[in-house]
Amino acid sequence: MAAHLTAGLGLKAEHYADAHDCAEAGLWWEVHPENYLADGGPRLAWLEAIRARHPVSLHGVSLSLAADAPPDVDHLAGLAALVRRIEPALVSEHLAWSQWRGIYQPDLLPFPRTQEALLRVADNIARTQEALGRCIAIENPSHYLQLPGHELSEPDFFQELVRRTGCQMLLDVNNVYVSARNLCGTSPEAVERYVAEYLSCYPLHAVAEIHVAGHHADPVHGEALLIDSHDAPVSNAVWTLWQRVIALTGAVPTLIERDAELPPFSVLLEERAPAHAALQGAAATGRAATRQPEAAGVFAPDIHQTEPCN
Amino acid sequence: MQLSVFQDAFVTALQDAPDTTRPDWISALLGQPGFAVYRNSGRKAAIDALRANFPSIEALVGEAWFHGAAQTYLSAYPPRDGRLMDYGDAFPAFLQGFPPAAELPYLHAVAALDRAWTESHLAADAPVLAPDWMATLTADTFTAAQLAPHPAAQWRWCDDHPAFTIWQRQRNPGQEHSDDPIAWRAEGALLTRPEGAVQWCALPAAGAAFLDACAAGASLADAAARAMTAEESHGETHGDHTPVDLSALIALLLTAGALRSPNLPTQTETA
Repeated sequence: MAAHLTAGLGLKAEHYADAHDCAEAGLWWEVHPENYLADGGPRLAWLEAIRARHPVSLHGVSLSLAADAPPDVDHLAGLAALVRRIEPALVSEHLAWSQWRGIYQPDLLPFPRTQEALLRVADNIARTQEALGRCIAIENPSHYLQLPGHELSEPDFFQELVRRTGCQMLLDVNNVYVSARNLCGTSPEAVERYVAEYLSCYPLHAVAEIHVAGHHADPVHGEALLIDSHDAPVSNAVWTLWQRVIALTGAVPTLIERDAELPPFSVLLEERAPAHAALQGAAATGRAATRQPEAAGVFAPDIHQTEPCN
Repeated sequence: MQLSVFQDAFVTALQDAPDTTRPDWISALLGQPGFAVYRNSGRKAAIDALRANFPSIEALVGEAWFHGAAQTYLSAYPPRDGRLMDYGDAFPAFLQGFPPAAELPYLHAVAALDRAWTESHLAADAPVLAPDWMATLTADTFTAAQLAPHPAAQWRWCDDHPAFTIWQRQRNPGQEHSDDPIAWRAEGALLTRPEGAVQWCALPAAGAAFLDACAAGASLADAAARAMTAEESHGETHGDHTPVDLSALIALLLTAGALRSPNLPTQTETA
């Protein structure tokens, strides 16, 4: 494993060869494990080849931790096998649901953050960490709806998850910004109030990974509805918020997410360069650049464990 | 509100179907512009996956027709898990019964080849039986030998349409002879993955029957007998009977990497 993860990129099939050969310092690659849960074949072969040269992060989208049901046993077993095979630097999932009564909704759906939901999500995270034998990091999703029935704020919900399961955090800075805009409006003061309160209550001590990404305004509703589209360069507002976050957390490995309108590989590297430099600089002056999770196989918590593992 | 109650109601609302029992709080969510983001994102992801998994079908019918078919398919056969790279196993059969596809009776058979590509692409790795395997056989071992298809080998026989030719032209646009008229005849296809990427070639009726027999655990002698029966039957139906050259058939399968050998010494295998 490379000693210092700085800025990472999402691995796309179009860039396999470039990604494999790239020798940038601190570079790491993130993939959705769902795209590699195959019995064999070229996808796994590519991932293994890239893993032989670079740290890899597995970022799940379908574990459905916030469904009112345990994670699918077969999916967990497949994910555990992939974790053993790839030995990822990081494993993460979303605070969302997508699998419900045997059907997969290909999205990250919202839910009311109640005490009942907290028990369920904590149990699902504990089951996942037990199956994988390691901590996972939980990501805040983008919000598009004013939901009724919340009993906890999102940062408070995360604080409780960390306390109860020892999970880590994946702080998606773009999602905080998009949610602030969609839930509080376009006024800079309202966005700042949301962001300041979010960061003051959020379990920053548990952040193992940060995401930044591009977004765009909805074609119909305009600036009143931002879409977390991952199809554009990271906005200046999000980079500014990212700098504010790493001033609080130290140099945490940061992924630049790009899933659509994919530019040439060299353009992705250009966008990455300032983030890498900032993380390297922050690591030199302060906190270590990596908050490495426990190695696979070391952490095997009891499902009801309440002590943090990191 | 109980989490499961919320999730049942939310999923129903995502379907966009008339719902007279819709609770007020769901109506309030539907009144927000953001609800459409969830509805559209989920549908787009599933339809994009189907589009990626059936590129030949979209190339044949066009984007608008495909989108309509995909929406109908999605309603009837939503994804069951997050492995969208594997979504669409029922799409060929769905197209066979899809009324707008009645004018394109070969469409489901072409879709079956797109699906075969996906299954080959995602299949388990295994050693391929070496092309020189036949030379290791003696008269005694020949009839008793048992061959198994490689996990990534997929074969389809289409009695009614030249599905393989049509499919191949979509997969390899611009190749030589791609504008030639298509001879309307029965065809078979063999897809294999000998060196990472999925490859394909034409497969005679005897080859499809031979692989069917091997997959069912038949001995080499039995598989050969079934191959000959299939070729004779095909010849009687289509009036173009040619005797089966078993050596040539097995050589074709070995060269394509269609076979593995579970019960022969490992020195005859190559990784």
